[in-house]
Amino acid sequence: MSGFRTLFYKEWLRFWKVSVQTVLAPVLTALLYLLVFAHALRDRMEVFPGVDYVAFLVPGLAMMSVLQNAFANSSSSLMQSKMTGNIVFVLLPPLSHLEFFLAYLLAAVARGMVVGAGVLAATVWYAGVPVANAVWVLAFALLGSGVMAALGIVAGMQSDKIDQLAAFTNFIILPLTFLSGVFYSIRTLPSFWQSVSHLNPVFYMIDGFRYGFFGVSDTSPWLSLLIVAGSFAALSLLGIQLLKAGYKLRH
Amino acid sequence: MTAAAIETRGITKRYGSVQALAGVDLRVEPGEFFGLLGPNGAGKTTLISVLSGLARASGGEARVMGHDVLRDYRKARRALGVVPQELVFDPFFTVRETLEIQAGYFGLRNQRAWIDEVLEHLDLTAKADTNMRALSGGMKRRVLVGQALVHKPPVIILDEPTAGVDVELRQALWSFIRRLNRDGHTIVLTTHYLEEAEALCGRIAMLKQGRIVALDRTDRLLKLHSGCYVKLRLDGGLPDSLQALVAERRDDGTVRLGLPDYGGLENVLRILREDGVHIQELEVMQPDLEEVFVQIMRSS
Repeated sequence: MSGFRTLFYKEWLRFWKVSVQTVLAPVLTALLYLLVFAHALRDRMEVFPGVDYVAFLVPGLAMMSVLQNAFANSSSSLMQSKMTGNIVFVLLPPLSHLEFFLAYLLAAVARGMVVGAGVLAATVWYAGVPVANAVWVLAFALLGSGVMAALGIVAGMQSDKIDQLAAFTNFIILPLTFLSGVFYSIRTLPSFWQSVSHLNPVFYMIDGFRYGFFGVSDTSPWLSLLIVAGSFAALSLLGIQLLKAGYKLRH
Repeated sequence: MTAAAIETRGITKRYGSVQALAGVDLRVEPGEFFGLLGPNGAGKTTLISVLSGLARASGGEARVMGHDVLRDYRKARRALGVVPQELVFDPFFTVRETLEIQAGYFGLRNQRAWIDEVLEHLDLTAKADTNMRALSGGMKRRVLVGQALVHKPPVIILDEPTAGVDVELRQALWSFIRRLNRDGHTIVLTTHYLEEAEALCGRIAMLKQGRIVALDRTDRLLKLHSGCYVKLRLDGGLPDSLQALVAERRDDGTVRLGLPDYGGLENVLRILREDGVHIQELEVMQPDLEEVFVQIMRSS
């Protein structure tokens, strides 16, 4: 497994060396969202009973950043390696497809967690955010970023050009994360849009993560856990199968 | 019988409607310096990709040091170092990091001494801590060679390693590769510079349209093209009776005649003397690999 360790370390270094771009920038973005939305919506938005809107917003923004950055890491790393051709450096060594998958997955999860911790550290000052149960918080952060990291591996393998991956990010990842209840509780939506929100897997990641902080959620945390874990298993299987087949990697 | 360094049986590869390899049987023995020649699109890089696992053959079998490249891919890849044709690099890392990471992929850690040695031989010691982005093309090429060597593979494949590399570096690179070959490494080389293949390779395979059209010791291939050439600059026109022998007319006013053997030279000189044509310049030339190559590519 030492090939795996090196690939993980390489993937970690890849984002850590440019952490201004890959960690600091998303933390700043989340902070800006907080400032703008908190100012505009603080007294107009009803969320959970007894929970301040800004406090409600903090975990949502943290989880959104975790998810977006986990996806960005594995997808852009793979796509860039394919585009520049340096993917051969990892295709020539005797790495198994499982080692390959785990290294890209865990590095992307790591970036998601680092960014998420950064967002929490930067925003928690604006509102008192309780932690009802840290196990739920960690479980959803890890599993949620795992889902997005695995999806990023699939998207990175699928994309041959920057614009293909950008389309994936802009038309799938961004709407799914924005319309997942980061900025509002879906209970405030008309019933049709509530039903639509329940089809969005990202909703369960945000909702479960938030449950860890407030002990309250829009839907049962167990149902959320089941759906997120199921998505993770399905996307991981897909990613591993594609790697095994060498899809768009070994011609 | 010991395992061949490289062995392929009936390798075929199809990309859509293009038949890149149409049944390649090849056996390269351990310790050989082997040349793989052919025009662009002949299938050289595809064959290397199949051997290294970058591509999957549509049919047939390939082994490296006796290990099947699919069933036993870990051992096969461990036995093989590949210098790719494209000048690729990872812009996030320095030269030393690049080599350390590459060694790590093969499960090798703490390779500092060996990596120092590789850097030294490739004349990269001074650049060890320089980012890959800041290197010249020739230096990047040398790092690629280094990356292929970090796991000390018994078989090394170099795909056009000297394309776009200046003369001095080319010489240095070849003396290093020769040394690796003397130390027991099997070297497989593709190149467009036929004089390089002629000087370095003990055996040569020529590919055309995905098939091997010639495979022999370099000296025997050279003898295939018997006869010689004579280059002439004349004080007057070439006599009619010699026109049939013309192999090439050059812009500098010289003409090259192809002769079946050295005896033919006497005949040429006799005709020129009888016609009263004076010779300003005369040079007898051996056929080189290029002539053999052109002849084989034409006839096959």
